Amino acid sequence: MNQNNVVCENAAIQVDGVHKSFGKVKALSGIDIQVDSGIVFALLGPNGSGKTTLIRILTTLLRPDSGTATVGGFDVEREPASVRPIIGLAGQYPAVDENLTGKENLEMIGRLYHIGKKQSILRATELLEYFELSDAANRRAKTYSGGMRRRLDLAAALVANPSLLFLDEPTTGLDPRSRIGLWEVIKSQAKQCNSVFLTTQYLEEADRLADRIAIMEKGKIIQEGTPQELKDCCGGETRVKMRLTDRSQTSRVAELLEEIAQGKVNQNNEMGEISFPAPGGTSVLTDIVRKLDADGIELAELGLTQPTLDDVFLSITGHTAEEEAGKD
Amino acid sequence: MRRKILETLSDIWVMTQRDVRRYLRLPQLLLTNIILNVVLLILFNYVFGGAIQTGGVAYIQYFLPGFLAQSVVFGSTQTSVGISEDLSKGLIDRFRSLPMARIALLSGRVVSDALRYLTLIVIMIGVGYAAGFRFEAGFGPAFLGIWLIVLFGIALTWVGVFIGISVKDVETAQVAGFVWVFPLVFASSLYVPIETMPSWLQVFAEINPVTPMVDTIRGLSWGTDISSSLWKILAWDAGLIFITLPLALRKYRLLTH
Repeated sequence: MNQNNVVCENAAIQVDGVHKSFGKVKALSGIDIQVDSGIVFALLGPNGSGKTTLIRILTTLLRPDSGTATVGGFDVEREPASVRPIIGLAGQYPAVDENLTGKENLEMIGRLYHIGKKQSILRATELLEYFELSDAANRRAKTYSGGMRRRLDLAAALVANPSLLFLDEPTTGLDPRSRIGLWEVIKSQAKQCNSVFLTTQYLEEADRLADRIAIMEKGKIIQEGTPQELKDCCGGETRVKMRLTDRSQTSRVAELLEEIAQGKVNQNNEMGEISFPAPGGTSVLTDIVRKLDADGIELAELGLTQPTLDDVFLSITGHTAEEEAGKD
Repeated sequence: MRRKILETLSDIWVMTQRDVRRYLRLPQLLLTNIILNVVLLILFNYVFGGAIQTGGVAYIQYFLPGFLAQSVVFGSTQTSVGISEDLSKGLIDRFRSLPMARIALLSGRVVSDALRYLTLIVIMIGVGYAAGFRFEAGFGPAFLGIWLIVLFGIALTWVGVFIGISVKDVETAQVAGFVWVFPLVFASSLYVPIETMPSWLQVFAEINPVTPMVDTIRGLSWGTDISSSLWKILAWDAGLIFITLPLALRKYRLLTH
C-alpha cells in the first residue's frame, strides 16, 4: 500500500535466486525479493553485506552468476535496453561531470534518456529549482559543495521521471537538513506508482521512509517485512523508562518497583535511570506515579519506549549495525 | 531501426559536446599540446636542420609534413588518460545505466579528439609557415592531407581508447598510452631518410604506419606521387579501427568494476 492509497499493479522488481561472486568472495548467495509498485523498499545492512552488488545487478551494471532478476517486467540480463529507460540511479558517490555546469549536467542526462532537447532544458530548469540549485545552475559542478553535488546527482537520477528510482546510501554524508529534504523527495516518488529502492546503513532512515524493509547480511536476506512487522517479530518489547531527580535514590526506587515490574528491572545509578518491560502498555505508568508519589519520590522523566529497528537488527544478527560496520 | 540510428547519432553528438566543453574549460590540455609541438618544431628545425642531409630540400620542407602527423600521434596518447579518468569516476556507472547507445561515450571522445587534432594541425601549419615552410603543390592537396592526418589520428585514438579501457587506472594509462608512440615516430621516414638506418630497423620503418602517413602528406605537399603510400596508410587506418573499435566496445560492455 503506498501513501496515496492508489492500487498499483505489477511487481516492480522480482529477484529469484540471484548469486554473485567476485573471485572467491561470495557477494550474494541466493537473493529472493519482490518489490511492489508504488512503495519505498529499503535494503538495510552493514557495509560489505552485498547491498551495492544487488543494486548494480538491478541497474544492469553487473550480471548475476545465476538466478534471474526483472525490473519493470524486463529481465536485466536479457533485456537491459528495456530496463534502462525506466530506471534512475544515484550511486554511493555523486556522479556528476565536474567540468559542466549544473544545468548542462542535467540537460545532458535528459538528452541521453532521449526525452528531447526542449524537454531536457525544461526538466533541467524544473529540477534545479526543486533542489534549490537555481542560483548555482550556471556554475561548474567542480565549485559545488558536497551537499550540492549530492542534490545535483539526485536530480540527474530523476530527469526522466523514472518509474523505478535506485538510491545507494543516498543520505550518507548529508547534513540533517539535507537529509530530511531528501526524505521528502523519496516519499513523493512513491506516489503515482513509482517505486524507490534504496540501501541504507541507518535503521532510523529505513524506519522513517520504507514501506518494506529487507535486512541483509553476508549476501543473504535474513528478514523481510514492514517496519511494524519486523518490530513485532523480532524487535523485543515495549519498556517503561524513567529518570529520577535525585540519583542517590535509584537503588531504593528500583527495589520499590520490583513488585509492579513484569520482568527484570534495570538500573543505572550514575544517570538515575530505571527501566523494565511493560507489556501492558500505558496502564503501568499510573501505577508507578501513584507508588512513587506515596513515597515522596520525584521523577524527572517517565515514558514508554517502543522497540526500534536497532533492537530488530540486534536480535536477528546478535550484534548492532554499527558494530558490524565498524569491522570494515 | 531508423529511430535507433538517429538516437545513436544524437548520443554521440551529446557526448562529443561534453568532451569539447572539457577542452574549452581546461584549455591547458590543448595548450600544453601546442607548446610541446612548437618547442619540438623549433628545436628540430634549428638544431638538426643543418646537419641532416635530405637531398637538397630545406629541412623544414622535409620534416614539417611528417611533423604534423607526429603532433597527432603524440596527441592521441592523451586519449588513454582521458578514458581511464572517466572510468575511474562514479560517472561511468550513471552513463552505463542510461539508455544511451553503448558506443556513444567512446565515440564522443574520439570525435572531440579529432577536432582537437584539426585545431593543432592548423596551428602547426601556421608556425611552419612562419619558419619558412610552404605547401609547394598548393592548398588543394594540402587540404586533403590535413584530413588524412585527422583520419590517422582517429585510428590511433581508437587504439588509445582501447588502452585506456584496458588498464583501468590513470597512472598506468599515462605510461601505457605513451610508450608505444616513440618507436613509431622515430623509426620512420619522419626525421631522416630510411636508407640511413641499419637494415633491421629499415624493416620496421617500412612496416610502421607513420612511414606511409609521412610519405603521403609529404607527397601531397611537394606534389610528388603518393599512390603507393596512400593505399598503405588507408589500409592501416581501416585495420586499426576495425580491430580496436570492437575490442574497446566489448570491454566497455563488460566493465564490472
